[in-house]
Amino acid sequence: MQHGKYRFIVGFLAAPLALYALFVIWPFVQSIYYSFTDWTGLSPEFGMVGFDNYSRMLDDEVFWKSLQHSLTFAVVLPLVTVGLALFFAFMLNVGGRRRKGAAIAGVRGSSFYKIVYFFPQVLSIAIVALLFQFAYNPNSGAINSVLKGVGLGSVQPDWLGDPDLALICVMVVLVWSTVGFFVVLFSAGMASIPRDFYEAALLDGANRFTTFFKITLPLLWDTVQSGWIYMGILALGAESFAVVQIMTVGPSGGGPDYSTIVLPLYVYQKAFRDGQAAYATTIGVALLLLTLAFAAVVMKLGRRERLEF
Amino acid sequence: MKTTDTATPGVETPGSPGGSGTEVIKTVAPAPRKASKSEGATLNVFSHGVLIIWAIMVVMPLLWAVMTSFKTDKAIFTSPWALPDKLHFENWSRAWTEAHMSDYFLNTILVVGGSLLGTLLFGSMAAYVLARFDFPGNRFIYFLFIGGMSFPIILALVPLFYVMQNMALLNTLHGLILVYIAYSLPFTVFFLTAFFRTLPTSVAEAAFVDGASHTRTFFQVMLPMAKPGLISVGIFNFLGQWNQYLLPTVLNTEPERKVLSQGLVQLAVSQGYKGDWSGLFAGLVMAMLPVLAAYIIFQRQVVAGLTAGAVK
Repeated sequence: MQHGKYRFIVGFLAAPLALYALFVIWPFVQSIYYSFTDWTGLSPEFGMVGFDNYSRMLDDEVFWKSLQHSLTFAVVLPLVTVGLALFFAFMLNVGGRRRKGAAIAGVRGSSFYKIVYFFPQVLSIAIVALLFQFAYNPNSGAINSVLKGVGLGSVQPDWLGDPDLALICVMVVLVWSTVGFFVVLFSAGMASIPRDFYEAALLDGANRFTTFFKITLPLLWDTVQSGWIYMGILALGAESFAVVQIMTVGPSGGGPDYSTIVLPLYVYQKAFRDGQAAYATTIGVALLLLTLAFAAVVMKLGRRERLEF
Repeated sequence: MKTTDTATPGVETPGSPGGSGTEVIKTVAPAPRKASKSEGATLNVFSHGVLIIWAIMVVMPLLWAVMTSFKTDKAIFTSPWALPDKLHFENWSRAWTEAHMSDYFLNTILVVGGSLLGTLLFGSMAAYVLARFDFPGNRFIYFLFIGGMSFPIILALVPLFYVMQNMALLNTLHGLILVYIAYSLPFTVFFLTAFFRTLPTSVAEAAFVDGASHTRTFFQVMLPMAKPGLISVGIFNFLGQWNQYLLPTVLNTEPERKVLSQGLVQLAVSQGYKGDWSGLFAGLVMAMLPVLAAYIIFQRQVVAGLTAGAVK
């Protein structure tokens, strides 16, 4: 297989690598470089300013707000989403009435549930965000009129307009749209756990609660962990940008009094609205560090002995 | 779930989920068996209850959107949950033509079509070389590619904007296609490299011995063999690119070149172009339905494609 091997390798790698280097790697490297300059993005002129942007960032109140929100997203969203998904997946696979002789059984119609739960996953996050923006509308939105309908007419929150509620409202949407994916993912994992494990546990008198924590969760741990990281990266990155930017319009974007601003949205605003490209990349670097730290922490916390079966 | 020990005979009324037969329930069954039997019953009711509630929570907003898209603006505001008085199809036609939904659809199809093709071609070429050939730098290039999966795109977007501007690619569909391909490569290469490694080497070697060039071996032997992998990763990329919002928002601001997701947001921002909420809902549903329909038809493949990467 030696004949013409290198020519072939170069030929096949050239185009993909060039594209990737030009549009992904090079901008990444550049953005770290720009974070040490005073570039506005509007003119080609700029000079080096050392760590000025970084010290400015540490004094920037809005930065701390967005960092705090992004951190909340990264901690709360995976917790809620993965937790809910595990709960549903366990119900689907083990919550059913036991048929003759079987140690465990899924509920009837579990495949139907899985299909339905997955719906939001195929929709654009932009569409989902728009849809919920209407639903949250305080005057004529679907949610408040349901409240009115069940006799809670006096409870008519402003939802996205309320600085205390806006962030939660946004997070609910992200949970709504991603739970189904993890339900399907965890279900697939649970289905591959051998049945005799459950049978043995049952003979020992274990109830389902014990079964879940002693058998299902440990054997599913790898999947849960990668799901956790995946969700965290989503919550820190593009998904949170889309929901916050679309749903909480506000005077400047990011909700009333920056109550929902997240790091990616702040990067976007600084770069493309305020003409502070260099400062935007600095915040972007902070976001990168946060993402890497998040993944590292989850991996570290999640380290367990690998279980083979 | 501790309520389950109340396995009194009274609970086991006929028709109750636990009374699934007559054999064991009364006396002979060993204690733990019996307890878990009725546990199954309560739990079954409980799980169905919870599962149905979530199913309703998923479906309701979607049904509500469909319903709303057939109502008049006035009805949307006065009675959000009432059924439409009649099906106002004119909302749909207005959205399609006046609100430029047709243009957004066309743009999206062009961009996604082009980038999907490019992603699969370039992704499989790179992955094949990385998976099957030993050469200096192989590992480095591989990690360079998959490293891109964990970086926040937004960080690269600021310089990328100016790279595109300098190359006159900003606000063009072909520019957007190239960027989509580039940002889809990390996962695609990662997935397909693993896939090519699992394919048997003997077939490719035989083809090569028979005088086929490397290129020919790749296109005529390896690619057809890799079809299941290409389908999985293709679906993954299709949904990702079809639903992309961040990249076009930054790199493609020309009104007539907008793609679906940003076009819809644009409509909503401009107050559903002159307060036309019904038209906006029609547009929203219009954008939703094709993907949902495709998902329902191909749900097996979609689920396999979307989850394949995450489990690895």
